[in-house]
Amino acid sequence: MKDEDLKIKEIYTILEQVTDPEIPVLSITDLGIIRDVSLAEGQIEIIITPTYTGCPAMDMIAVQIRLALIAAGYNGIKVTSTLSPAWTTDWITASGKQKLLEYGIAPPKGNADTPLLDGVTCPHCGSNDTKLISSFGSTACKALYKCQDCMEPFDYFKCY
Amino acid sequence: MPHSIINFTLFLADNTLILSQRNAAWCGHGPVLEQDIALTNISLDLLGQSRNCYQYASSCINKYVKENQKEFPQQWLNLNNEADENTLAYMRNEREFKNLLITEQPNGDWGQTVLRQYLFSQFQILYYEYIVNHLQNDSLTAITSKALKEIKYHVRWSSDWVIRLGDGTEESKQRMQAALENLWCYTGEMFMPVPFETAMGIELESLQQEWLKHVTKTLSEATLLMPEKTFMHQGGKTGIHTEEMGFILSEMQYLPRTYPGAEW
Repeated sequence: MKDEDLKIKEIYTILEQVTDPEIPVLSITDLGIIRDVSLAEGQIEIIITPTYTGCPAMDMIAVQIRLALIAAGYNGIKVTSTLSPAWTTDWITASGKQKLLEYGIAPPKGNADTPLLDGVTCPHCGSNDTKLISSFGSTACKALYKCQDCMEPFDYFKCY
Repeated sequence: MPHSIINFTLFLADNTLILSQRNAAWCGHGPVLEQDIALTNISLDLLGQSRNCYQYASSCINKYVKENQKEFPQQWLNLNNEADENTLAYMRNEREFKNLLITEQPNGDWGQTVLRQYLFSQFQILYYEYIVNHLQNDSLTAITSKALKEIKYHVRWSSDWVIRLGDGTEESKQRMQAALENLWCYTGEMFMPVPFETAMGIELESLQQEWLKHVTKTLSEATLLMPEKTFMHQGGKTGIHTEEMGFILSEMQYLPRTYPGAEW
């Protein structure tokens, strides 16, 4: 039992190194898409939940999980995707949100029913005098804003 | 009952697949870059929703075939054919598609595209909420409750555009009104029940009232005139499509049918 716990802990450490292909500063554990890691008869099962249903990064992430574990000497890896409960931006960890901010993406605030409003804090200069340009940015999960103070455009990770 | 679930799931999948295919044609042609990207993202959401439904439908189909082998000719069973998301999207013919006629209507101008999106998204959000609240089916509940988070953004984005263009310049208002006259006759079908909906216990009357309430509010904010009572086309849900459908399928299905198993 103790061995198993240690092994699962080790697997989580490996998963922390797997990053989102679209937002490389975020690991998949920061994103909160790992729902479960289990061991049974030498098989490792990793359950992930997709962020957006049409997100093309999901297939890529499943491949990267497999590759990272193989590189660490594991085999018998099964990556399963589950839809329920649906992923929410609330599952992005506090350190994940901090990493987003440092990367230049404003982290999500509120829940999916929060309408997109002007005034999301600019990740570059910290001003609140910002304007929504488009509710869909470079990917479906982001909206595009412009800061009226430093004049820089920036992405906002939408609540979901 | 298994047939109703399969048909019902295919109905959900086909709606979003065909509308996704239509919207995707705007990729690289949008009026401004930001809106081009917005519509492409919506298209991607719709495609993802279709994939989830096709995956569930194919698991139901494969299970049914396995459990009812005597209903199928042995020669066919020997082929070991299994349905999957690709065969359902690419290998079915026009009459087998159950999408609403409105989803296959041409893009027209930007006004017609955003209005088509709004009328459909407003329907989709209410329909999916109904599924989550009333149907006791874990898979469909998981698929639709996830999709609802995305649809909320689609409704907001498309209604914003309908209002902006309707209550815009003389030209944009006139075009929006024309788009409304074009598309209105395809909205009645949403609320005309077909056997798989009745079997699943979908109560369309209350949905229609709710839909009309929202649409009337948006159209009045857009200063557009509600079209007069008109003839309503139907047939999409039972596979009787408009002439547009064949063209969509021949483009969408050309590659996998010509080069089976092609990958990139």
